[in-house]
Amino acid sequence: MFSPSDLAAIWLTLKLATVTTLLLLLIGTPIAWRLARTRSWWKGPLAAVVAMPLVLPPTVLGFYLLLLMGPNGPVGRFTEWIGIGLLPFSFGGLVVASVVYSLPFVVQPLQNAFEAIGERPLEAAATLRASPLDAFFSVAVPLARPGFLTATILGFAHTVGEFGIVLMIGGNIPDKTRVVSVQIYDHVEAMDYAAAHGLAAGMVAFAFLVLLALYLLNSRGRKS
Amino acid sequence: MSVAARFALAWPGFTLDVDLDLPGRGVTALFGQSGCGKTTLLRCMAGLERGSGRLAVNGETWQDEASFMPIHRRALGYVFQDARLFAHLDVRRNLDYGRRRAFRRAASADSSRRDAIIDLLGLGPLLERMPERLSGGEQQRVAIARALLTAPRLLLMDEPLASLDHARKQEFLPWLERLREELDIPLIYVSHAPDEVARLADHIVVMDAGRAVAQGPLAETLARIDLPIRLGEDAGAVFAARVAERDAEWHLARVEFAGGELWVRDNGTPVGREVRVRILARDVSIANSRHDDVSILNLLPATVEADAAEDHPSQVLVQLRVGETLLLGRLTRRSAQRLDLAPGRQVWVQIKAVALVG
Repeated sequence: MFSPSDLAAIWLTLKLATVTTLLLLLIGTPIAWRLARTRSWWKGPLAAVVAMPLVLPPTVLGFYLLLLMGPNGPVGRFTEWIGIGLLPFSFGGLVVASVVYSLPFVVQPLQNAFEAIGERPLEAAATLRASPLDAFFSVAVPLARPGFLTATILGFAHTVGEFGIVLMIGGNIPDKTRVVSVQIYDHVEAMDYAAAHGLAAGMVAFAFLVLLALYLLNSRGRKS
Repeated sequence: MSVAARFALAWPGFTLDVDLDLPGRGVTALFGQSGCGKTTLLRCMAGLERGSGRLAVNGETWQDEASFMPIHRRALGYVFQDARLFAHLDVRRNLDYGRRRAFRRAASADSSRRDAIIDLLGLGPLLERMPERLSGGEQQRVAIARALLTAPRLLLMDEPLASLDHARKQEFLPWLERLREELDIPLIYVSHAPDEVARLADHIVVMDAGRAVAQGPLAETLARIDLPIRLGEDAGAVFAARVAERDAEWHLARVEFAGGELWVRDNGTPVGREVRVRILARDVSIANSRHDDVSILNLLPATVEADAAEDHPSQVLVQLRVGETLLLGRLTRRSAQRLDLAPGRQVWVQIKAVALVG
């Protein structure tokens, strides 16, 4: 039912979403931890920066990322200097853009989870000889498990569903940057509605299942 | 052997300023109304609040002007008001959490000690349960065992009974008393409940507005009448006694103390056993001569030591010496004048109620 180029787009989308989600968990966890526990003045500004992708059009983000990662941008100069070339119109560029774009979807559930845990279990851990790092991994992370599940699902799903920023940073290169949403756009442009339907219906089903899973996980988490 | 604690800390609207030298073993109660700073002082000792000052526990300095030992390096056990068990671990793994970390090198060396503590607090049947399936009292027992299993050199308890209802408290107190008998390290116990203090403490620090306003051995300190903090209805004396006789006919027991003897309700304590006796000031009345035609069972000759005004202008508090034991009595100022009570005067005290508090 899917053409080889459809399958390539699906595979690329899953690869992008997986890599992005893993990176987001690595980057987002310390940010969420700091945001949840600091009372410093920079909490507000940092929270605002993290949340900005929620309100900015993808074209704005894409535009500035293009400038930053382009041959005259600081990130672009840096990537060329360390020998990996320029990021725009490559898989690496897509990953960077996706990480920025999906950051709030990972940071906010984690921050909420860490805030809900509060100081109390961590104080108890400290009086039981756990260093701060030890307490983070042995108490905070297990207690924040529902938050990590939500963050993982939302980060993954949101990356699967992006379009505008992919088009600006990645373009439309088969096997490198052509993800499912772009492929659907191509099909529609070519008036191939049957092929568009196949992928689009798949996306609808995917979104429904993801959100249903989230709902079930959350309601189970509340009960226990 | 002592716990030397000097802390100063200033928050908006609150300052803590104490300099204490507490006994190196036994139970010390930090006693006072809520907001007096007793919990803050306990948290400073643990390192959970960063007060400036000095803390040395039986010769080991945990904190002074130049150094601050982080919480997780202090050999302490801390029992919070809310037990704070880890919700994602069952009882066994909660107990192991601190023990594993305290005994990283000799993990198996203390397994007999572990079993003894689990036994002491009656946790055997609970080991596989998750914390959410425990009652409040059971949670606190697990929390105490969890703290003890790190082999602390100082045990800190922040009102462990405060979150329990009356029935749970009565169920839990005997465990604490057993623990007190077994414990060979100092226990500092924060409480605002005079009955708990009377039952558990050997030493008391009375706190008010961030300062220690009185401290000393329990019996001596409770019998003082110059305490700036008023115990109100709870003013009274606590002292040690021994069960000398049990009267089967009347279900009464005779207890002897330094200065005399008292008849109390027989609660099953065997003859020869040490008990604590608590007599509230409001249950003591005074007569200038002996009256045998009253319902009151306990009549003792006493000497007036001192008197002090009470909060209400109609009342006075009188300190009375019976042998080597000090009692407190509350009466109206009018009665005190009519009886011509003054230090040195010989009187008879009539004691309406005596409580054995453990």
